[in-house]
Amino acid sequence: MYEITIAALLTIITAATPLVYAAIGEMIAEKSGVLNLGVEGMILVGAVCGFATVHFSGSATLAILVGLVAGAGLSLIFAVLVLGFQATQVATGLALTIFGVGVSALLGQDLVGIAYDGLPKISIPLLSSLPLFGTLLFAHDIMVYGSFILVIATAWFLRRTRAGLILRAVGDSHDAAHAIGYPVIRIRYMAILFGGAMAGLSGAYLSLAYSPLWIENMSAGRGWIALALVVFATWRPWRVLVGAYLFGGITILQLHAQALGVGVPAQVMSMLPYLATIVVLVMISRDNNKIKLNAPACIGKPFHPTS
Amino acid sequence: MLFSLVKRAEYSRTMVYVSPLIALVLTLISGIIMFQVMGADPAKALYAFFAEPISTKYGWAELGVKATPLILIGVALSVGFRAGVWNIGAEGQLTLGAICGGGVALWFYQVDSAFVLPLMIIAGALGGMLWAAIPAFLKTRFNANEILTSLMLSYVAILLLSLLVHGPWRDPDGFNFPESRIFSNSATLPVIWPGTRLHLGWLITVAAVITVWVIMSKTIIGFQVNVIGQAPQAGRHAGFSVKRMIWFSLLLGGAMAGLAGMIEVSGPIGQLSPSISPGYGFTAIIVAFVGRLHPVGVLFAGLVIALSYLGGESAQITMNLPLAVTGVFQGMLLFFLLACDVLVAYRLKFDSPFTSPARGRQHV
Amino acid sequence: MTKSFPGVKANDDVDLRLNAGEIHALLGENGAGKSTLVKMIYGILKPDSGQVFWHGEPINIHNPAAARNLGITMVFQHFSLFDSMSVLENITLGMEQGIDNATLEKQVIHVSNRYGLPLDPHRHVYTLSVGERQRIEIIRCLLQNPRLLVMDEPTSVLTPQEVRKLFETLNRLSDEGVAILYISHKLDEIKALCQTATILRGGKIVDCVAVAGETPHSLAAKMMGEELQPAAKKADRRFGDIRLDIQNLNRPAKDQFSIALKRINLQVRGGEIVGIAGVAGNGQDELLKALNGEDVCVRAGAIKIDDQPCADQGPNPRRALGMASIPEERLGHGAVPAMSLVDNGLLTAFQRLDLLQFGFIGQDTSRTFCNKVVADFDVISNGISAQASSLSGGNLQKFIVGREISQIPSVLVVSQPTWGVDAGAAQTIHNALRNLADMGSAILVISQDLDELMTISDRIAAICAGSLSAAAPTAEITVEQLGLMMAGVGNNSVDNAESSSPEARVH
Repeated sequence: MYEITIAALLTIITAATPLVYAAIGEMIAEKSGVLNLGVEGMILVGAVCGFATVHFSGSATLAILVGLVAGAGLSLIFAVLVLGFQATQVATGLALTIFGVGVSALLGQDLVGIAYDGLPKISIPLLSSLPLFGTLLFAHDIMVYGSFILVIATAWFLRRTRAGLILRAVGDSHDAAHAIGYPVIRIRYMAILFGGAMAGLSGAYLSLAYSPLWIENMSAGRGWIALALVVFATWRPWRVLVGAYLFGGITILQLHAQALGVGVPAQVMSMLPYLATIVVLVMISRDNNKIKLNAPACIGKPFHPTS
Repeated sequence: MLFSLVKRAEYSRTMVYVSPLIALVLTLISGIIMFQVMGADPAKALYAFFAEPISTKYGWAELGVKATPLILIGVALSVGFRAGVWNIGAEGQLTLGAICGGGVALWFYQVDSAFVLPLMIIAGALGGMLWAAIPAFLKTRFNANEILTSLMLSYVAILLLSLLVHGPWRDPDGFNFPESRIFSNSATLPVIWPGTRLHLGWLITVAAVITVWVIMSKTIIGFQVNVIGQAPQAGRHAGFSVKRMIWFSLLLGGAMAGLAGMIEVSGPIGQLSPSISPGYGFTAIIVAFVGRLHPVGVLFAGLVIALSYLGGESAQITMNLPLAVTGVFQGMLLFFLLACDVLVAYRLKFDSPFTSPARGRQHV
Repeated sequence: MTKSFPGVKANDDVDLRLNAGEIHALLGENGAGKSTLVKMIYGILKPDSGQVFWHGEPINIHNPAAARNLGITMVFQHFSLFDSMSVLENITLGMEQGIDNATLEKQVIHVSNRYGLPLDPHRHVYTLSVGERQRIEIIRCLLQNPRLLVMDEPTSVLTPQEVRKLFETLNRLSDEGVAILYISHKLDEIKALCQTATILRGGKIVDCVAVAGETPHSLAAKMMGEELQPAAKKADRRFGDIRLDIQNLNRPAKDQFSIALKRINLQVRGGEIVGIAGVAGNGQDELLKALNGEDVCVRAGAIKIDDQPCADQGPNPRRALGMASIPEERLGHGAVPAMSLVDNGLLTAFQRLDLLQFGFIGQDTSRTFCNKVVADFDVISNGISAQASSLSGGNLQKFIVGREISQIPSVLVVSQPTWGVDAGAAQTIHNALRNLADMGSAILVISQDLDELMTISDRIAAICAGSLSAAAPTAEITVEQLGLMMAGVGNNSVDNAESSSPEARVH
């Protein structure tokens, strides 16, 4: 029983990690006032590029980097359209997802059915041999540790640094930020690229560690769940982490329940993460004040410096 | 920057029509480059993609078959998008329409009556509406973002269909395949062009396009949709209810998507199976935008996108190109269109580096 | 300096010279090019041609940061503030480089004490009054040790008492050698504050004069170029029955950014114009929406139109009873920017003027109506198919006012009727309101422009923090008393007003 519990908890961590990356990235983009609905597409492209890299080069480090760059590259298309060409953010984000699904399927056509061992686990000496929590907390692959560092760094960046303050200011009122003299467009480019890079990492984690292989549409809606997580977290990094683990838990719960042969059809169990997303969204959104006070005021609004 | 964007005093009416054409041309050019990179002969690939599928009468009919769900859903989504209601879950509503319409067909599989088909149509539309009513309720009552709720419900709907065809609705004589019985003749849409697969659904689609066009351009309902989408506050001032508009858009989208789902299972597919749509509900979003959110535009856009589906299949068969090329084409078309749309509200001003005002660098 | 925008030459060969310690007025009507000029000085816009000299040296100001490095700072008409952030964070954002918070906080407290600008550095901006928000902007400027302070229409959002306080601060700065460029179209203020005035009209310099040698009247003549007749108020005015009756109207605040309405009572008779004064953000928007039905009440009797209770009804039933309204925001609230004038006419008139047949839009009838409004109210546009957003502010406002008045409402509620419009359009609008009153309608004018209210209203009340004062006849009230009412002080405490500071009462 003890081993099963530990195993379940470990899988929760692996299920939550991609959500942490994608949601933190999206949160930063949204903090700058940009809603990028293309997360799902960026995750898929990150996943396929990461997997292709590890397959052809054998280097996991390079694969992670390529996933990051691929996600950022895809988000650059979004950024150019939205910031340069004044395209609507919602439509462009949807287009990015559709495009990402297509491109990843195209790139990955020859990769289907190939397996990979998964990212190596890095056990932290001494700590990992602690009883009970040792393996749970200190024997993961590098991207799990990375996700925690990311949350800490993001929280610190937004609260404590001047750059973080400026980023929030741009999302709160781009007109005011522009009037004071901050380069709104440049800041938003960087925020979007960061969001894309993190979505790329999220994808790389899926295809390198979570289920180390490539299948079309393997993200299965995680990009959208990440978007919901940002709302759930009311744009705060620590709550993103909590939300991601909550969803990781639900995902794993349904997998284990299926394995244990609970008398509920597999499909019903598989619906759980999606239904949970809806429930959580409703719970947070019903308090209009909470959303209004925390959401970046300029989110989704176009900005043209001369108008 | 070599050019800058200057806001036009008024939207350019010419550009509204020209920009989709520019986008189409740019997509084709990118397609040529893409085929070149993939090592395929661009001329042959483009021919296989865009000409071969419609070189026969059967091909034209197939175009109508493919375009039917795309146009039906696209035309309804375009109304919602105009009102600023982002129903992204048409795929789920389509699935529910297929489940409800198909359910009626399976219930009456031994009945031979002219009433079965109309009943299926009603059930399909109601099923889609039911599924769309959930995000509408959650949005109007709890302010929950309809993009995310409608999308999550799509995943749920597809799982629901899978549950049904794996379980209670599985064909008892089907060797355990996850498929329902084949629908009876009275539950199948009649073919309207003998010798092809073009069915009654195409006529329903054309009728829907005309109806929506009249509603949008001639009636106060269409006027309300536009006002609320462009300036919700002005809409409230005029006494139009945003909540009612959310309900209207989502229910219309749900009804049409449900209808499309029912038409798919009752027409080209003829039974319920786990995958009844290659993402028509999502692709219809592209159709709506490429069609400028205008019913007649959607009609043409639906045909173009349908051609890209047929082209994908044809290129796969004749040139061994992957089917995923279709999705890439569709995404690119939408990207280029969104980029070209900037010309509707802005015009390009080319700055020559020699005539621009002196921006001295002496003071840094 | 010259700067062109599509269709207009906003600044045509403009010269301007300021000395240290001088308070210099930049005077002109809306659209005269004042804002364009100062935006070039502050590096937000790039001039097409022309040169700025600073202490005799030719310079190029690429961006606001460069301007601030030179010692040029600016307080905008629309504040550059971030609502969800604290005062301190807002000030940090306006500074060139990061100073640690503790030091900055000390500096803020120091400056605010020295210049009489009390502020709590840790409050969030959305909790502050407009006057307090302006203080943030001013402190932000003062912390940069400015040599030139540009102020764009700073008093349009202040009570008369707050204005006086601001002038004290500005005079102290000027004594310390800071040059101040003061943009306004309010002549009394310029007389009271400035030494020199540069007058702009249609993007060109009309004159540069010493203020001491001018009267408000002579300045007005230079600013407008032609003599304008103020809308004459008839000497003896007769009022009919009560047409708009507001009894104990309460509305809770929707969120942190809006104001609750508290026990509003007001009656307006037929033929009467009642003005509601108040500093922006004290519940004016909420009042308009509660009256026109955008915000629906539970208790029907809170609002009666011609004795018909209707507070529980939406905009359409109220419009049927004769209620019309004109919101402050023209683009996006009063009109749909990208729609044609015909459609914008249809927007609020389809019901009362019967422009529909079985839900289908009557194309001819709505065109006829639109043509009539355009002709009657002198709306200049590229035809009735022109988009609302392509009209100038004044013409669009004339169109919106015309659209409502042409429906002959029994009650008209209008917010900021002449905000940001040129003098000619303002006069057309004032006359139209007068005429409508003479036809027996009851009119409620919500405005921040006290001159406007004093000119056209028969009675005036003031709104402060969601409460409405009793209305007093215009003839019996002074601007000073009105200022106190706007600050939420009862009418009877007027006597000791001079001795106490108004700040204490502005929340």
